[in-house]
Amino acid sequence: MSDDIWILGIHMTKFGKYPDKDTVDLASQAALAALADGGVTMKDMGVLAAGCLMASNAGIGQQLQKQIGQTGIPVYNVANACATGATALRTTIMAVKSGEVDMGLAVGVEKLAGAGLLGAGGRPKSDKNEWNPSGRYGAVTSTDGRVGTDSMPGVFAQVGMEYGHKYGGTSFELFAKISEKNHAHSTLNPLAAYTKRMTLDEIMNDIMIAYPNTRPMCSANCDGAAAAVVVSDAKLKTLSLEQQRRAIKVSASVLTSDPYEEGCQVLPNVNTLTRNAVKIAYEQAGVSPGDLDLVELHDCFATAELVHYDNLMLCEEGGAVDFFESGATWRTGSTPVNVSGGLESKGHPIAATGIANIWEVCHHLRGEAGDRQIQGAKVGLAHVIGLGSACGVHILERSGL
Amino acid sequence: MANQIPLVDYLVLGDAPHLTANECTACGARFFDRRNACASCSGTEFHTVDIETGGEVKAFTIVTFAAPGVPVPFVSAIVDCGGTSVRGNVIDIDPTPEHVALGMKVHLATYTIGTDDNGTEAIGFGFAPN
Repeated sequence: MSDDIWILGIHMTKFGKYPDKDTVDLASQAALAALADGGVTMKDMGVLAAGCLMASNAGIGQQLQKQIGQTGIPVYNVANACATGATALRTTIMAVKSGEVDMGLAVGVEKLAGAGLLGAGGRPKSDKNEWNPSGRYGAVTSTDGRVGTDSMPGVFAQVGMEYGHKYGGTSFELFAKISEKNHAHSTLNPLAAYTKRMTLDEIMNDIMIAYPNTRPMCSANCDGAAAAVVVSDAKLKTLSLEQQRRAIKVSASVLTSDPYEEGCQVLPNVNTLTRNAVKIAYEQAGVSPGDLDLVELHDCFATAELVHYDNLMLCEEGGAVDFFESGATWRTGSTPVNVSGGLESKGHPIAATGIANIWEVCHHLRGEAGDRQIQGAKVGLAHVIGLGSACGVHILERSGL
Repeated sequence: MANQIPLVDYLVLGDAPHLTANECTACGARFFDRRNACASCSGTEFHTVDIETGGEVKAFTIVTFAAPGVPVPFVSAIVDCGGTSVRGNVIDIDPTPEHVALGMKVHLATYTIGTDDNGTEAIGFGFAPN
């Protein structure tokens, strides 16, 4: 017996549009399928952590219990921006690791189809036309569009451009090529919201949202859910050999927030907290970047994927452009990145994302990924960023049985 | 001049418009918002410092799709003003990739946003190319 933690069962729904299903339907679908995948039921669960960012005060965990099993276990409803799913999983892992429970369930769900632009928006106009300073900056009117941008495509465009300013080598075409890769990868993923291959020309000539991010270079708003069953090593050893064989070891589970640095409250710094998280994760897991057979990272925008090659130490510091240009991150390359299609093409139902990326890695480690299987995958990494900021990194390994 | 109000309280109007920041007395970290304490060292004493009005664009985007009521296109940028990062629009420029560049030198400039029912004019700021 060790203090290892395992994913026993895991599931993601197909991402897309579900006009006839609500968030509880989708969460139920994912949770029941994850339990079935692990060969267990709600009665076996000692804890539930759940998130639905756009309804984060709605108690999605208890709503879910009322559909699939009110067993009286503690529920943690979590919200951590785009890292909500990873936070639910991390919460369940901490509960199991503490020894309080031997099994737990983590669920993330979102309905986001047609949600449009996120992050942006002015405050409503008052009835009287009068300038009155308010808020922490004493602003007399909305600052979005007047003092830079609040929109997510714009914020993350600046993140990528900042990297280009620091190290050189970036261009509109380079960022579009990253998107081309992820859209190409998604053609092999039947659960992706979009599975159409897009040419570089199509991507570059699509609607410009915030230069250099055109529409297909932005994460796709869609509906979806994902769920995972977490089990302790001791409990796993009491289960069947087949359950033990398919179980995926959580070699590292890390959550960080952004430490203070100059400028981090002016443009969010998504770099340092990712680098901090991954350093801890590599140490916890005892693996190095070169050991990774696949990586699912948070490509909320094409401009973000580039900086995370560097932040996750997949390349030398400052070397993300050359790393990408070498073809390393295509599914045929040395470090396949976002073989699921990533957020740009698989889609980004916010709270589901941080568990869906774990599902993708587990799927390959179990050798069950069908047409898009990365042959012989043994070790994988899943990363999410929630702006504000939170970073989740998980390193996963197959059982070896 | 008496009937003017800055868009944000860290913009100082007058003959030489400039931005100010709340600088932590203990560690020197600078912030543009009202503070409870310092995010870097948790210190609670601050003093006001002037920010250099000249700077260099270290990141930008050209926003062509924004929330309702936000006029597009506009250039949003992060400007390095003598070591302090400042968020603002690049103004007095053609908002196209051919005209905006990383590393371009800019300086603070002000412009009118509008006048309210009391006759008070709101003044905004941006960064214009040198």
